[in-house]
Amino acid sequence: MHEMSLAEGVLQLVEDTARREGARRVKLVVLEIGRLSSVEPEALKFCFEAVTHGSIAAGAALDIVDVPGAGWCLPCAATVPLQEIYGACPNCGSHQVQPTAGTEMRVREIEID
Amino acid sequence: MCTVCGCGAGETKIEGHEHAHVHADGTVHSHPHGHGDDHHHEHGIGGDLDFGAGPARAHVPGMSQSRMVQIEQDILSKNNAYAAANRKWFDERGIFALNLVSSPGSGKTTLLCRTIELLKDKVGIVVVEGDQQTANDAERIRATGVPALQINTGKGCHLDGHMVGHAIERLQPADESLFLIENVGNLVCPAAFDLGEHHKVAILSVTEGEDKPLKYPDMFRAADVMLLNKCDLLPYLEFDADLAEANARRVNPDLTVLRVSATTGEGMAAWTDWIESGLEAQRGKHGATVDALKARIADLERQLAAR
Repeated sequence: MHEMSLAEGVLQLVEDTARREGARRVKLVVLEIGRLSSVEPEALKFCFEAVTHGSIAAGAALDIVDVPGAGWCLPCAATVPLQEIYGACPNCGSHQVQPTAGTEMRVREIEID
Repeated sequence: MCTVCGCGAGETKIEGHEHAHVHADGTVHSHPHGHGDDHHHEHGIGGDLDFGAGPARAHVPGMSQSRMVQIEQDILSKNNAYAAANRKWFDERGIFALNLVSSPGSGKTTLLCRTIELLKDKVGIVVVEGDQQTANDAERIRATGVPALQINTGKGCHLDGHMVGHAIERLQPADESLFLIENVGNLVCPAAFDLGEHHKVAILSVTEGEDKPLKYPDMFRAADVMLLNKCDLLPYLEFDADLAEANARRVNPDLTVLRVSATTGEGMAAWTDWIESGLEAQRGKHGATVDALKARIADLERQLAAR
């Protein structure tokens, strides 16, 4: 259940920003969660609702932008789509693929009043 | 309770240090998850918005007081900042820090005790023990004669950078010593939380499955070393050690794999050699820090003398 820690991390960033901007409330939080990251989006949504109760972000909508995985395949010398962190290259089947996208877990932006 | 370890607010206990560490913003609310009243915000998000195309990109300034604010920060940035501070502290003092991660029951504590026995006459060692409850592991470590601190995470599933920062304060490790962290037995969550260590060391025992690195790739990817433990039992098991190694390298081609038995001591020399080379590298960094500080003092003295 480290999604609870991550939800707390999101709330911290949101609260810091909202305070700095003098916001009355937060209406929307936009996250970027890569498909190769260690986050389960459904669990994160559940935890986000739990941790934002009573905060400036209470009731805020959560928009999770799904970032597809990609990696650099050494044998192919090309960027290939990647479904899993240890997945094989879809072209040559090699496992020598360095993930280049899809590992991010970021708070992109928030909408405030 | 710090915000990075949000799971189980107020549950974390650092042994002998039972302060109520409650940050104003770090409380986890455990309200029942009532869908009825959770979605009463006025945001016209319902029908308009598909994931990935937020409404705000079409916002007209002046039409509403609402506005978008860019944040663009990693969710783990807070933890990463604590971890970076820990790592800097270690480097400045030439301390070598390792974060041991595995499933429960892989033999981490026995392996630590054996490692300590082999190294304690050569180098200073302190140990941080992470478990949900009990101080049993710290007591086992203390029985070997080195200082140990138990951190109980309560409902939490991992140690984080902030907890380890407190542990450093409490343990005050000596310069050029070895700082060992035994994380909570869990192959999932500790992978994401940097503690400021120099290497994560994953321990897999031969009584587990060969496919564990494939089932829990995040951890084996995050680790730099894998210790295949309990190798003395191989004759009695159907475990294929070569397959386990191949699976681990599939997830992480750069992984160093060592086969050991903490019980018989088999293979332990290679492991302690690896630790000693890490200590040597850290001593080099310490020397560089001390030289830099000396140069700085000389420079300041020159400035003072010139006044």
